[in-house]
Amino acid sequence: MTVWPTDGSGAGPGAGRWAPLARRTPVAKIAALALFTTAALFTRDLAALAFALAVTLLAAPLFGITPWGLLRRGLPALFAAATVVLSLTLFAADRSGTVLLHFGPFLVTTTVLYNAATLALRLLVIALPSILVFSTTDPTDLADSLIQHTRVSARFAIGALAAFRLVGLLGEEWRTIAMARRARGLDAGGNPVRWVKVFAGTAFGLLVGAIRRGTRLAVAMDARGFDSGIPRGLARPIPWRAADWLLILAGAVLAAAIQYLAHR
Amino acid sequence: MIRLSGYGWRHAGRRAWAVRGLDLRIAPGERVLLLGPSGAGKSTLLHALAGLLPADSGEAEGELRVDAEHVGIVFQDPQSQLVMSRAGDEVAFGLENLGWPADRIWPRVDEVLAQVGFGPDRSRSTSALSGGEQQRLVLAGALAARPGLLLLDEPTANLDPAGAERVRRVLRGAVPADTAVVLVEHRIAEVLDLVTRVVVLEPGGGVRADVPPELLRGPLGDDLAATGVWVPGHPAPRLHAATPPGDVLVSGHDLRVRDLALPDVAARAGEVLAITGPNGSGKSTLALALGGLLKPAAGEVRTRYGPPHRWRAPALAARIGSVFQNPEHQFVTATVRDELALGGTAPARRDELLERLRLSHLAGANPFTLSGGEARRLSVATALAARPELLILDEPTFGQDRRTWLELVDMLAGLRDSGHGVITVTHDPDVVTSLADRAVSLPCSPSDADPSVSGSSDGRSSDGGSGISGSSDGRSGISGFTGTGSFDAGSGIRPSADTGGAP
Repeated sequence: MTVWPTDGSGAGPGAGRWAPLARRTPVAKIAALALFTTAALFTRDLAALAFALAVTLLAAPLFGITPWGLLRRGLPALFAAATVVLSLTLFAADRSGTVLLHFGPFLVTTTVLYNAATLALRLLVIALPSILVFSTTDPTDLADSLIQHTRVSARFAIGALAAFRLVGLLGEEWRTIAMARRARGLDAGGNPVRWVKVFAGTAFGLLVGAIRRGTRLAVAMDARGFDSGIPRGLARPIPWRAADWLLILAGAVLAAAIQYLAHR
Repeated sequence: MIRLSGYGWRHAGRRAWAVRGLDLRIAPGERVLLLGPSGAGKSTLLHALAGLLPADSGEAEGELRVDAEHVGIVFQDPQSQLVMSRAGDEVAFGLENLGWPADRIWPRVDEVLAQVGFGPDRSRSTSALSGGEQQRLVLAGALAARPGLLLLDEPTANLDPAGAERVRRVLRGAVPADTAVVLVEHRIAEVLDLVTRVVVLEPGGGVRADVPPELLRGPLGDDLAATGVWVPGHPAPRLHAATPPGDVLVSGHDLRVRDLALPDVAARAGEVLAITGPNGSGKSTLALALGGLLKPAAGEVRTRYGPPHRWRAPALAARIGSVFQNPEHQFVTATVRDELALGGTAPARRDELLERLRLSHLAGANPFTLSGGEARRLSVATALAARPELLILDEPTFGQDRRTWLELVDMLAGLRDSGHGVITVTHDPDVVTSLADRAVSLPCSPSDADPSVSGSSDGRSSDGGSGISGSSDGRSGISGFTGTGSFDAGSGIRPSADTGGAP
């Protein structure tokens, strides 16, 4: 699976499979994730959000990822959170509360810091659990589980899966087109306007190629009887176990705990 | 089993019929080779037989009947046929679509994978497979449902010779006796023993000939060769340089890109250098590095003007013309004329190129609407527009019919004779025998490559280090590379065979 980031944490869709929660049915994982992150999304309480973040980091080993590995994977989210704190501190409109720092045009108050921290934490509490779930879920298993445990049609799930596989090829295609255009004597040469033109041209070439490839793949799938009206067989039946219910229940309990902390 | 009477198909929006007036019967177990020049409608007929022409995508006439429970079809490019990300799932996909229960699917998957000689585990990622393995996997997927009719649309065209031979071996051994096979293939010498019948389509419509394969060696063969079909017994002409090569235009030294160590090579003016080797050996990567399109991770590319990857793109295009495997990657404008005018080509030069590559009648056409042969000619013309002294081509003859092939080879020989240097990456042995003055063969795969290749070796390679001025012993002849001192036989690179180009 080339589409997954390979970093030092050693966890990929396959690596965490021995872990008790990584092995759960994808639909159960996503249901638990939805309960947990929804509860976090509707909270502006610092303690509740800190609790949710702590739970996420502590649960990481159950998905076969160390808390440290999860933070490394979540680096873009951490960066975004830091940006939120910084920009809110500088530009927030509500500057009530105790003044902590007044330096030139910058006025930092407790309210400003509190608002910035809750916003940043909310972002992390949505991003990090999602990384846990999706980085331990194989796309094929997800499609199978969606077909078997929800009412998602095979036409949609398998079609999306096939398209997803092609997305992995786009990076290589982009490099090829960029090189082919350089061979034609086209480059930006440091001029930002020309850069935009070259970028747009490469993107257009990529789009044309992607549509052609997608069309060919669709024909190949048709040729193999995909979506031909025959009830589809299941090569990889995924059993729904008691543990899957337990995982969803755990998600619901944690969601309730977050809301309790927020409204206590 | 198949019965066509007066069958015709016209794609929506086209004036001409893709196929017309076809009368054909094919019985179970027959092995039919479908021939015809480009544009005769071979692919359209295969699509029609596979039921892949939806009624709303064109207009049909006559009658088409296919009495087979399942029809399997294999296309040229495995990448755009693979649906699933694991090998076993890929074979199971077709069986799932037919509603097979899981307990019957997996034994059948294992059985058919064994039949096609698929070595890797069935949980192997399909993107980690070689092109040949991918194509055998696609074939396994087509055979899994025990099709009564198997359609093959140039199944080996994208593969290197070894991968292609393994696919043909599967076609010889693993197709059940009562399965009818219809095969479209440009290069027919290798597949003649697979077929029992040859059907030649007439471009205007109808069937031109319907004969046993042996008859291709007679006058019919001459006739077909003239219209662009590859026929055995019609060897390609030999077009080798009449004069010794000139200065070194570009040379690679201790090159390494990603984990690939690439052999040292030098390209000279007035010489055609062929780079061969199996898929994945780094041929294309080497060409990109020499062409200044890829910055090598280690080592250097030397030219008179310094390392080419540092040049600005317009300077690069004026010094080294690169022709990519897929011409469409290089098309950037809306008409053939604009394509050639890009970068300020003088109108006289533009018209000369249009004339020379027989594109004048297409000057106003959109490059993306050209046929395969026309698109290839245009991509060569665009690379030549700024008069570069070196031309680097990646698989220029790939997928071309015999007529376009001959034109291309003839044109490249002409460029060489007028003093251009030509590097061509190819897995087409005919290009090597008929055109190359020198050939470099890359070893099998990165893991097979001897790491010592990248480390500089002995005195001989430092001799080549004089680089651009041309190596001293390089004049010794055009008939083989052994005398050129570009790299030495002890370093783990299989030295190229003498390409037989003795003047």
